[in-house]
Amino acid sequence: MSMDLDAPVYLQQQEQVAATILCCNCGAPIDGTVAAGALCTDCIRLSVDVTQGIQREATLHCCKDCERWLQPPTSWVVAALESKELLALCLRRLKGLNKVRIIDASFIWTEPHSRRIRMKITIQQEAFVGTIVQQQFEVEFVVASQQCPDCQKSFTPNTWRASVQVRQKVPHKRTFLYLEQVILKHGAHSETVNIKEAPNGLDFYFSARNSAEKMVEFLHSIVPCTSKKSEELISMDIHTSSRSFKFSFSIEIIPICKDDLVAMPLKLARSLGNISPLTLCHRVGNSVNLIDPQTLQTCEVPTAIYWRNPFKNLADITELREFIVMDIESTGKSNGRYLLSEVTVARASDLGRNDVTYFTRSHLGNVIHVGDSVLGYHLTGANYNNDEFTAIEESHQYGSRIPDVVLVKKHYTRSKKSKRNWRLKRMAREYEEEATAPVVNVPTTKKQEQEQARMEQDYEMFLRDVEEDQELRQTLDLYKVRQQQAQDHQMEMDEEDDEDEEDGLEGGHAVPKINMDDLLEDFDELNMGE
Amino acid sequence: MAVRAQFENSNEVGVFSCLTNAYAIVAVGGSENFYSVFESELQDVIPICHATIAGTRIVGRLVVGNRKGLLVPTTTTDQELQHLRNTLPDSVKIQRIEERLSALGNVICCNDHVAIVHPDLERETEEIIADVLGVEVFRQTVADNVLTGSYMALSNSGGIVHPKTSIRDQDELSSLLQVPLVAGSVNRGSAVVGAGMVVNDWLAITGLDTTATELSVVESVFRLGEMAPGGAGAAGVNKDSIVESFY
Repeated sequence: MSMDLDAPVYLQQQEQVAATILCCNCGAPIDGTVAAGALCTDCIRLSVDVTQGIQREATLHCCKDCERWLQPPTSWVVAALESKELLALCLRRLKGLNKVRIIDASFIWTEPHSRRIRMKITIQQEAFVGTIVQQQFEVEFVVASQQCPDCQKSFTPNTWRASVQVRQKVPHKRTFLYLEQVILKHGAHSETVNIKEAPNGLDFYFSARNSAEKMVEFLHSIVPCTSKKSEELISMDIHTSSRSFKFSFSIEIIPICKDDLVAMPLKLARSLGNISPLTLCHRVGNSVNLIDPQTLQTCEVPTAIYWRNPFKNLADITELREFIVMDIESTGKSNGRYLLSEVTVARASDLGRNDVTYFTRSHLGNVIHVGDSVLGYHLTGANYNNDEFTAIEESHQYGSRIPDVVLVKKHYTRSKKSKRNWRLKRMAREYEEEATAPVVNVPTTKKQEQEQARMEQDYEMFLRDVEEDQELRQTLDLYKVRQQQAQDHQMEMDEEDDEDEEDGLEGGHAVPKINMDDLLEDFDELNMGE
Repeated sequence: MAVRAQFENSNEVGVFSCLTNAYAIVAVGGSENFYSVFESELQDVIPICHATIAGTRIVGRLVVGNRKGLLVPTTTTDQELQHLRNTLPDSVKIQRIEERLSALGNVICCNDHVAIVHPDLERETEEIIADVLGVEVFRQTVADNVLTGSYMALSNSGGIVHPKTSIRDQDELSSLLQVPLVAGSVNRGSAVVGAGMVVNDWLAITGLDTTATELSVVESVFRLGEMAPGGAGAAGVNKDSIVESFY
């Protein structure tokens, strides 16, 4: 049996409602049981205006520079034209709209240059008991421009009240890279107005003195430094004798870094437990910690003592040379994680050319084995232009005890393109000097190119330090590499692993890796970026 | 005939006056304007009584009456009662009622033959109504409102009820009253028709805001065009027989 699709559909007829009363206004017959106040719908529509008391014109404030909209009283929000956000903002601006129910609201297109925004709003409100009237009306907004405080600040120079100038007079940026990470971890930069990079250091700008002083205290607790405060009178009102000052805090960090070779003044060495004056800096915290690699004797140079008689490092890590361990014998003396050993090494560059070997004592007995490659300072043949070192050479007590080689750390061979499964956050900085122009730009001059290369090298050195030093790592926040990048890496990593394994078999020194569990997920940046 | 009037800027003329076929009671106001409307229509036809009830002016809501009698609440003072007795014709029986619902005009709606009363009215009151006013008493509601006197205006020839009264309720009330009823409003859509107007067999007085449509509804349902003051008695006789034959 086929279905007759075209058959007429009989709708159930609605119950006809009898007209019981006449509209009191026009006399039209209506059903009194459902009508509102004895008025027909037409008369209600004509006589009732529910949009009364709602603004038909209003003003919106927009910042011309950042194109954000003022949401009274003080916040500025980003909203595109004809966007949901702007619609919400507009509706919030209209007075009297909170007393009615909004059914619909939409923009009517206007030319953006007209500085007008037109909206169509449909509202409902109860006119009489049990009678809801729906009405549609248009509202016009005038877009007035008003500069937002952020833009005001950015267009006004000298908005800072206090600055902290941090300096360390060393040729590399390791300390500042470390400082950057510690500041990021503790959020110490949250009150800064601006951060600028200056030669040999960083400048932090603050809008209040208190914030700057907080930063100074923070730095004192992180690095060995001395601080000086100075103030400049900006203006003074002689009637009320109120003044405004600009404060500058100058912070100088001791120019001795980890793994630096240090020649102390003899007098200071004697006062610090009669340690041998030729020492290695093995840790920098609140103060500088030195170790004598010959005897494993350690000492701590308090910051205050250092600044009474400042001295420079004898050699820094750029002067490290690679040595190969030929022979190693433990003496059995240990101090913490250090084990004193007698080591015979040869210059890696000498291998295959001559048979010159050097005998030295080293604190790395726990770490190095025969055949390992280590980094150290080559003192024989080195010509240091340093008063303290000269004094050591001339002294009867220490002159004959200067070793040929001072070993510093184990050397790991890395493939050139080392991929890491972790990364660090960076701070946004401004570059003051033209020579240190932003890295993101394509370098134009030779000088800039060199500068950039040096920056990258410093950063790479720092990353290696983080990888190799467990103690250092604990003070920083390390993040997982993002998903996409990680996938890209994975393939290369696999290939690399094979290489590493081969290396491992040959040399027995695999590059230290950071456990995935120690890394943090990078939540906020994920939200921001994608 | 239907006229519009206002009592001291209020459209609720039924609150401040009471009109029957045998007399009218008008509240004492600041000016005589309202009184003169009654006077111009009713002078030399029926007595018009200037009165207060319990010292208030809302006489129309406190008293209820018809051609045969008048009921006043217990709050009425002896002096006021005496004044009413002096002014009204001797044929009108005046009775003071001990009733909790003391606004008698709100709870009782009557013509010369039938009364529709609030369902919670006391049994004794119901008997007094029947005796004094000489009417059949029915306990009913108008459009689910218990205040029958407020939401219904009634004469011997017709009645107007709350605009939300359904056809079924109108039919039911009409069969009790034996007069035609319509739903309607006065004073530009006001549903309190009992308080918004007063009516007898030949005259209706509504609030000043009453629209032409409303007034025409009032005139047609109360048959005010056809009736002259003299014709009231004839209509009354007519109705008497109808009600008797019905029972």
